[in-house]
Amino acid sequence: MSTTAPPPPKKVNRIGLEVLNYKGSKTTLCAGCGHNSISERIVECFYELGVEPYTVAKFSGIGCSSKSPAYFLGLSHGFNGVHGRMPAIATGAILANSKLKGIGVTGDGDTASIGIGQFMHLVRRNLPMIYIIEDNGVYGLTKGQFSATADLGSTLKTGVHNDLPPFDCCALALKWGATFVARSFSGDKKQLQAIIKTAISHQGLSVIDVVSPCVTFNDHEGSTKSYSYMKEHEFMLQELDYVPSYEDISVEIPEGGVMDVPMHDGSHLRIRKLDRDFDPTDRFAALKMLEEAEKKHEVLTGVLYVNTNKPTFLELLNLEDAPIATLPQSKVRPSRSVLDEVMEELR
Amino acid sequence: MSTLEVSPVEPLSGQSSHPVINDFSIQVATVNGSGSQTANSVLMRSIFQMGIPVSGKNMFPSNIAGLPTWFTIRASKHGYIGRRKEVDFLVAMNPETAREDVMKLDSGAAVVYDAPLKLSELRSDLHFYPVPFDKLVAPVCPDAKLRKLVRNMIYDGVVSWLLSIEMEEIRRALVKQFGKRKAKAAELNWGAAKAGFEYAAKTFAKTDPFRVERMNETAGKIIIDGNSACALGAMFAGVTVVTWYPITPSSSLVESLIGYMKRFRHDPETGKATYAIVQAEDELASIGMALGAGWAGARSMTATAGPGISLMSEFIGLGYYAEIPAVIYNVERVGPSTGLPTRTAQSDLLFTAILSHGDTRHPMFFPCSPEECFSMSIEAFQFAEKFQTPVFVMTDLDLGMNNWMADPFPYPEAPIERGKVLTAQDLERLGGFARYKDVDGDGVGYRTLPGTNHPAASYFTRGSGHNEKAQYTEREDDYINNMDRLAHKFEVMRQHVPAPVVHIADNAHIGFVAVGTSDYGVRESVDQLKSEYDIDASYLRLKAYPFTQRLTDFIRRHDRVYVVDQNRDAQLLGLMRLEFDAELIAKLRSVRYYGGLPLDARTITDEIVRQEGK
Repeated sequence: MSTTAPPPPKKVNRIGLEVLNYKGSKTTLCAGCGHNSISERIVECFYELGVEPYTVAKFSGIGCSSKSPAYFLGLSHGFNGVHGRMPAIATGAILANSKLKGIGVTGDGDTASIGIGQFMHLVRRNLPMIYIIEDNGVYGLTKGQFSATADLGSTLKTGVHNDLPPFDCCALALKWGATFVARSFSGDKKQLQAIIKTAISHQGLSVIDVVSPCVTFNDHEGSTKSYSYMKEHEFMLQELDYVPSYEDISVEIPEGGVMDVPMHDGSHLRIRKLDRDFDPTDRFAALKMLEEAEKKHEVLTGVLYVNTNKPTFLELLNLEDAPIATLPQSKVRPSRSVLDEVMEELR
Repeated sequence: MSTLEVSPVEPLSGQSSHPVINDFSIQVATVNGSGSQTANSVLMRSIFQMGIPVSGKNMFPSNIAGLPTWFTIRASKHGYIGRRKEVDFLVAMNPETAREDVMKLDSGAAVVYDAPLKLSELRSDLHFYPVPFDKLVAPVCPDAKLRKLVRNMIYDGVVSWLLSIEMEEIRRALVKQFGKRKAKAAELNWGAAKAGFEYAAKTFAKTDPFRVERMNETAGKIIIDGNSACALGAMFAGVTVVTWYPITPSSSLVESLIGYMKRFRHDPETGKATYAIVQAEDELASIGMALGAGWAGARSMTATAGPGISLMSEFIGLGYYAEIPAVIYNVERVGPSTGLPTRTAQSDLLFTAILSHGDTRHPMFFPCSPEECFSMSIEAFQFAEKFQTPVFVMTDLDLGMNNWMADPFPYPEAPIERGKVLTAQDLERLGGFARYKDVDGDGVGYRTLPGTNHPAASYFTRGSGHNEKAQYTEREDDYINNMDRLAHKFEVMRQHVPAPVVHIADNAHIGFVAVGTSDYGVRESVDQLKSEYDIDASYLRLKAYPFTQRLTDFIRRHDRVYVVDQNRDAQLLGLMRLEFDAELIAKLRSVRYYGGLPLDARTITDEIVRQEGK
């Protein structure tokens, strides 16, 4: 009698896929790079929520961070574009196919330096997509120059002192129209997972600024984007839980100090506030708090703002429900009588 | 004022006895922003409605209001609708330029002018018709605020009397111009035109020889500008994503498209749009969006001019290398830099052909008329998807912004073809694909669109080095193979671009090569060379780049080939130099014009005669 034991059942998500189906190619970034942790979180979140990989499109610009879309969601189409201009490519693709779940990964140089213009206009349009800034304050691929998110007074490995103030990408996103804004730390698995999962559910632009230390060029004393700096200066605003739509929310009744934010897809973001009293639906309060934190050299992490009511760019355009890119000829070429009508007007 | 009481001028001897019928040009000199556009369009249209071939060219400043502007209408019984340098009939409304405008006229020309300008003192060899515009406008336009706008319609009436334009055609043209919704404005303008006509009839004795006579050469034709024709072409090509940033002279292309799409591209039941039009933050974003959309399967386009093309160069390199379809309209204007934003040129040819760093080549289409703006737009969208690459439709300010008479556009019969796109069913059958593999030998790989529900559908698009499977590579052989395939793809395009239009003159030793709006000047020049100098000349008009074998054959056949360029540096000739061997290059000669105005035949003829030593 054959004694071959049946293989142990593979662990799959609710659509029957393994975590392997959400991975990409092997990373070529440095060991210990914060970006790799973020890629892992992305893999986990899409796997755990059971998102169909073919419905996702990945976008990036140029830089270390922008290489990372090759390292997650290998079954999704990806587009590594040009430096600082990922928002334009993503906008075009999502207009063409509004059913795509867009996830963009960019860096602080890509977004806050060369790409600040496109970033601001993406924010202004509230294009429904996830926009993750892997923020380490330096250019890695060109060997360690400051980016525009480097803090005033921070230093490079070579001792060069930064004399200019940083752009706070969260403050910019808040001020000009993003509808889900969060800051996290690549080393905080739980918080980052809850934020990414919420962003997957959010219908609107999600801007997630993740402090992600560069172990090669910006993890030294004098850096404000290092592991040790974050250990000392991170201030967590909330404890976050994401409750997916397919789980019964009534099991856990929210108590005092807990806020439940219902998302469009039926999921909930459960926010348990910590020391500080703060309402993440109040944009003005968030901006004020960021301003105060900067003075105290605190890095606030958590959900800074969520707004599920503002129309997205796609809604403003009143697009067909089906992806316009692949509408049949009968929908996109007007009839002979239309041409006749126009010609008659021009006679 | 005494000048208002001026009696009709003495007829110039020997002029009125030889009437010049349906063969002259009218120039209207006004101030920008004074509302002369309506009066000029109506004048042009009324001549068109009388069946006479006509063209109108607006020479305007880069300014909202206050600077001089000229509108030239050419009536030609022979059907020549290119610009003519000589002005036969001047309407001088602008005090700033009136004296210079009059001094430039050839002897025997006619001048309608605003009486207080006292232009008749300047010369004795012209026919002067002073008109007291302010005095005439007051009774027909009680609202003083509107008088500035209505005043110009008076010259339409005066000119109609002088040139025998039927007033009924002026009225019809006005109704056409204003439409039913602005009937009141049409009525007000009609009153002004009538006042001008009546004043001329009772005041002047006609002394100049110019007049129109009804013909039947425009029946069934339309009047349209090239930008609107491109817009219609794009709509009927099934464009779905349009991105743009306003820039003269391309803005009206997209504005016209917005108008048509709002009317004809919404679902009649749900009201939802079958398209997206986005005014981007700059040209970097507009081309980026167009490429993102093309990548995701849309028929996408943007429209711009030289400065925008410069900004787009980085993304165009990505489009070429990552092989993404998009259509880019380049409505050329005078460069370099800001240049002359409201003047015409063909001076982006060389730059566009090899736009972006590294080795790149881009197909360009060159429509020369509204009919071709329409038909070649449709071809450009097919071509972009067939070859998975950005395609440039090169027009210019003259074609794009001026009104042209044209034949009605034929409905596109060929179905929309989306090129080599694999569906989930295809992937199921094939088991997989390699994005940049030359399966069919034409250099064009198969692609999939994001959102395709199959585990083998995805691939990673990048502007960095990639192999057949779209994987990152820095390998020497991968890089060379890929670049060679792209070069091969460009070679294959030669068999598929729109073919040139060739006219061979039997005894010709010389030939012309030109693109786009140079056509009007070249065709007229070919006739001038024959009738005035007995020189036979053949003519090949290129409709696209890359060039085809027919251009090579044409050069071989002739002793000397004159390449007509609307730029300083002979760019079209330069592009030919890049491809041809020394024997062919030795036959090429250059005719260049780069003054910012539409190219006229006389400039070409004079240059050929000089170079041919006649």
